[in-house]
Amino acid sequence: MEDLVNIFIKGVFIDNMIFAYFLGMCSYLAVSKTVDTAVGLGAAVIFVLGVTVPINYLLENYLLKEGSLSWLGSGYENLDLSYLSLIMFIAVIASMVQLVEMIIEKFSPSLYSSLGIFLPLIAVNCSILGGALFMQERQYSTIVEATSFALGSGVGWFLAIVAIAAIREKIRYSNVPGPLRGLGITFIITGLMGLGFMCFMGIKI
Amino acid sequence: MKDSFFSKKNRRLITDPFDGQNPITVQVLGICSALAITVQLQQALIMALSVVVVMICGNMIVSLLRNVIPSRIRIIVQLVVVSALVVLVDLVLKAFLPDMSEKLSVFVGLIVSNCIIMGRLEAFALGNKLWPSFLDGLGNAIGYGWILLAVAFFREFLGSGKIFGYQIVPDGWYEAGGGFYLNNNLMILPPMALIVVGLIIWVQRSRNRELIEDN
Repeated sequence: MEDLVNIFIKGVFIDNMIFAYFLGMCSYLAVSKTVDTAVGLGAAVIFVLGVTVPINYLLENYLLKEGSLSWLGSGYENLDLSYLSLIMFIAVIASMVQLVEMIIEKFSPSLYSSLGIFLPLIAVNCSILGGALFMQERQYSTIVEATSFALGSGVGWFLAIVAIAAIREKIRYSNVPGPLRGLGITFIITGLMGLGFMCFMGIKI
Repeated sequence: MKDSFFSKKNRRLITDPFDGQNPITVQVLGICSALAITVQLQQALIMALSVVVVMICGNMIVSLLRNVIPSRIRIIVQLVVVSALVVLVDLVLKAFLPDMSEKLSVFVGLIVSNCIIMGRLEAFALGNKLWPSFLDGLGNAIGYGWILLAVAFFREFLGSGKIFGYQIVPDGWYEAGGGFYLNNNLMILPPMALIVVGLIIWVQRSRNRELIEDN
């Protein structure tokens, strides 16, 4: 249990998707104009990460990794399909996103109308694929650990986008030099926030 | 509609992404990789070339398939096309430039979800013929590449006094040689990439005033 909490906290602060790895920057910059939309997109990212990483974990361990096909019986033990992992991961992510979009559309139209436009964006949000690739690289030992890592990184992404959206709402009342307005100042603020988040680096929990 | 190969419209497809429609500084696409691998020029160059290849091939393939792809599942189809290309690039890098592929690590894989590629496929290749799609891919990939190289130039030069791995700042300037010069180690840290891009945007927009946003 302690391990799970540690992995979660590590995902939120130390290995923050945005400030430590710059994953999911595009939608982070494009959809952070107001806090409301930022909360919507952030929630969608947590949700999709939480669904796709465990599925990809199962794929990785029962299909792709060297020796993972041994449940098919002898003869399959030495098969290494890991060169297929990128295609498999992205296919899972894209189909899950489309599936989730259809389900939400059917059962909760109000959620769909507030989240709807963000869902297709998420398929190409690098943080989702990044989550799958980091899961593969770090070799979590159980599916529960992988899920807790996914939720942690999702929450970290959520925090980051809500924070920048709040700052951008405030900055509207400041006198930013013309050419720096909008995108430019957002980049620089993110950089400064990243420098702040670097103080978490190297902390061992 | 008959267009000659290098009609004005087609030429704009290549030249626009350099400045007014730059994928990174104006369209806000493909930021993730632009920031993560710009510590050294060499890495940035390899990354830019990989994106050029994937982008052009992806744009052409999707443009050929555009009438066959059902719109409901187009995202999956596009992703599969792109990821097949990325796997190819990845394997080629692993075979011929193993050190480089080690350094770029997950970021070659992340070209798949590089929004600049998906963005162009969605916005352009799905609705245009083969030749314009090729030009659009080339233009955008180069527009992406030059920002990448510019950021990497500043970070490598100020951060480690080198360009393409060659020492530029003379040894005598450093403290060890009796000088005063210190590398700015801050430039090597990831957040500085963001700030450098921010400054590039600042310069670009003060030259090209049409791009200025209202807060």
